[in-house]
Amino acid sequence: MTLDLSRFHQTFFDESFEGLDTMEAALLQLDPAAVDAETINTIFRAAHSIKGGSGTFGFTAVASFTHLLETLLDQMRSGKRVITAGNVDLLLKSSDAVRELLHAAKEARQANVELIAHHQQALEAALATDGSAAAVAEAEPTPEVADGWRIRFLPQPSLFRSGNEPMRILRELASLGPLSAEPVLDASLTLVDSLPEDAHLGWQLTLAAPVNEAVVREVFSWVEDECTLVIESIKAVAEAPPGKPQLTVIEGGKGRALPDDRRSSDRRSGERRGDAAAPANGVAAAGGGGSIRVPTEKIDLLINLVGELVITQAMLAQQAGVLDPTLCEKLLAGLGQLDRNTRQLQESVMSIRMLPMDFVFSRFPRLVHDLAAKLGKQIRLDTIGADTELDKSVIEKIADPLTHLVRNSLDHGIESAEERIAAGKPAEGSITLKAGHRGGNIVIEIIDDGRGLNRERILAKARSNGLDVSDSMSDSDVNQLIFAPGFSTAEVVTDVSGRGVGMDVVKKNIHALNGQVDLASKPGKGTHITIRLPLTLAILDGMSIAVGNEVFIVPLASVVESLQARREDVHTVGGAGRVVRVRNEMVPLMALHDLVQLPVTSAPEHNLFILIESEGRKLALAVDELLGQQQVVVKSLESNYRRVPYMSGATILGDGRVALILDAAELVRRTAPALAA
Amino acid sequence: MTAATELVHTSQGRSAIEAMVQEYLTFTLGEEEYGVDILKVQEIRGYDTITRMPDAPDFIKGVINLRGTIVPVVDMRIKFKLGKVVYDEFTVMIILNLGRRVVGMVVDGVSDVMQLNPDQIRPAPEFGGGVNTKYITGLGALEQRMLILVDIEKLMSATDMQLMDVQAQALQ
Repeated sequence: MTLDLSRFHQTFFDESFEGLDTMEAALLQLDPAAVDAETINTIFRAAHSIKGGSGTFGFTAVASFTHLLETLLDQMRSGKRVITAGNVDLLLKSSDAVRELLHAAKEARQANVELIAHHQQALEAALATDGSAAAVAEAEPTPEVADGWRIRFLPQPSLFRSGNEPMRILRELASLGPLSAEPVLDASLTLVDSLPEDAHLGWQLTLAAPVNEAVVREVFSWVEDECTLVIESIKAVAEAPPGKPQLTVIEGGKGRALPDDRRSSDRRSGERRGDAAAPANGVAAAGGGGSIRVPTEKIDLLINLVGELVITQAMLAQQAGVLDPTLCEKLLAGLGQLDRNTRQLQESVMSIRMLPMDFVFSRFPRLVHDLAAKLGKQIRLDTIGADTELDKSVIEKIADPLTHLVRNSLDHGIESAEERIAAGKPAEGSITLKAGHRGGNIVIEIIDDGRGLNRERILAKARSNGLDVSDSMSDSDVNQLIFAPGFSTAEVVTDVSGRGVGMDVVKKNIHALNGQVDLASKPGKGTHITIRLPLTLAILDGMSIAVGNEVFIVPLASVVESLQARREDVHTVGGAGRVVRVRNEMVPLMALHDLVQLPVTSAPEHNLFILIESEGRKLALAVDELLGQQQVVVKSLESNYRRVPYMSGATILGDGRVALILDAAELVRRTAPALAA
Repeated sequence: MTAATELVHTSQGRSAIEAMVQEYLTFTLGEEEYGVDILKVQEIRGYDTITRMPDAPDFIKGVINLRGTIVPVVDMRIKFKLGKVVYDEFTVMIILNLGRRVVGMVVDGVSDVMQLNPDQIRPAPEFGGGVNTKYITGLGALEQRMLILVDIEKLMSATDMQLMDVQAQALQ
């Protein structure tokens, strides 16, 4: 599994720095005399997100430091520790340390070790003092710390077939501290009997970093059973022996060209030279691809202006149609050029805001893989509808809640293989992520086949949290309780989840997007979480149809087919409702003219239908003309007007006119049962 | 507005009166001349392609695309049963910016921008059973003319305009 996570790094850093800013602002606001629980929650959430993100992307130094910070905050949040000015100061300094670590990780340089170690000690000391009970859970003993490690890493030939990549491991090691490596080649190897997909190369590695042995082992955790691994500590060796060659990038032999080879070797040589390497780092950072964060209002303004430009251009083109081509050749050529440029401009502007769901979904295979291994579970992840396009701002804000939900499913939902077999389920648990347009919303679902929610445990926990609950509450009300702040029924607080931050953040973030989150759960069968987001600027694939002079858009996803029915296929039922025979099926029929109550302007020769389907029910819509398929940008009708029955929104057509978008789900729901009854 | 009138009668300084001078955009509906607070007016446009809306009263003509925003259009001539309802190249529409909402209204004609001192404004008379009087803030007296001053924001958010959802109304 060679997943390129580096494309998400920028997002992670942006988000983390934002989180740090929030944390700092909240810390500065925090008044030890009058503590506001919400402020502490804000700080805690920020720390939690940074920890989660850095864990996912393998920035272990950041993750472990933030973990200490988070533990301290958790004690403050639960009231186990009194908040003093000294504590706040310590937290502020620690957030500086996290910033330094993040900067170091971003610029791929060595962090200021002294500073970090100093703060880490201060944090550990603070945790060890009055934090009695909770401190035990954390403060990791550090007996096996050595000055460095000598590692012999000889992979088995089958290493690549299990989807592992030694380069990643080496890179991860290098992130712990200065690393040098010497390739070890099996002498008995001949070119003739070696397969290109076998791993024949081993390494003798020297890591000059004062870390725990466990940290080093952790790096190799995926491949432990597929290699020979010898880890020895180096005592009192100041630095990697200078005579050794630097890490040789293995290329060609394995047919792999790694895009950041150059950068990683830069980094290593940079470490050697210490601060003198600053210019080299600068170059690497500049070459690392540029992205800027722009306020969305600016983009919206741009989109609207381009829309105006397109209309003006269309108007000019129309006016120019009457000109004599021989006299105005240059003008007409210029207008042709303008036409092409405008179109390109429009396309590229539109694409700025839109991102496929894949941008978020593709984070999860790695997350699931790592967590499943950590928790000793077997889990399969399926994603459906990853190409559903979503507004960038929505994508960014939905990533964190989704991560929390998937982690929760993994940690609390899916049982261990033994438990699953005992319950008569396949050993491999399944998590499905689904995205799609439905009824004018974007719906994202997270479905697992785990143990479901435990009603009694939730109620018990709610009581101990002092929430107002009773045994007669409905299941759905009980399920809603898990969205309360500080709510976790997990017995063990793990590195993965269980601190009870997840769900209230999830709800908060989704509400901020004007969305809803629903949860259905069956004990022993699994949990199904549905996130419904309104369309802000989502793009919809639509079929444009004409009724009289009006144009409507039908979401393509709900169109089954369009057909020309014979007159004898249309029947009335009970004098009022009509049905049309489509092959051997009788489908309720509705004339769009009647539905939208617009005056009929053309002869109602209703034999052209489009068949739509939603929620398993079908409806035939009589229309005048099919105009074609196009992608449209969905605009809200409610922002200046009100909800319009049977319409999910509106869009602006190429000629500047407004067209309404039909809400297939509502159409089917309102009309089909009426006829069936 | 009546409070303002009282203030002036208790003889304020000249600058205070100047500060209370308000500007109104005046428009005609049939024989009547109306004025709305100029600060509520975003722009004036010609009447162009409009998309009709299902389930809307006859005075809501539909929606237009105003630089990417979908804006509903009300024909005040139909709503107030004043003036002749024709749509041609002289038909004008005043785009109003009412807080968070943008609404277009079709009128017979836009006249000019008038400045009115508080002492030029008379209280609105009480017409028994008059439908529109509760949205009239006063009558502006000019030499030969009379301006009907309308609280356009209140008018446009009234339930019988059917311009917004009931929940949205509750919020406002």
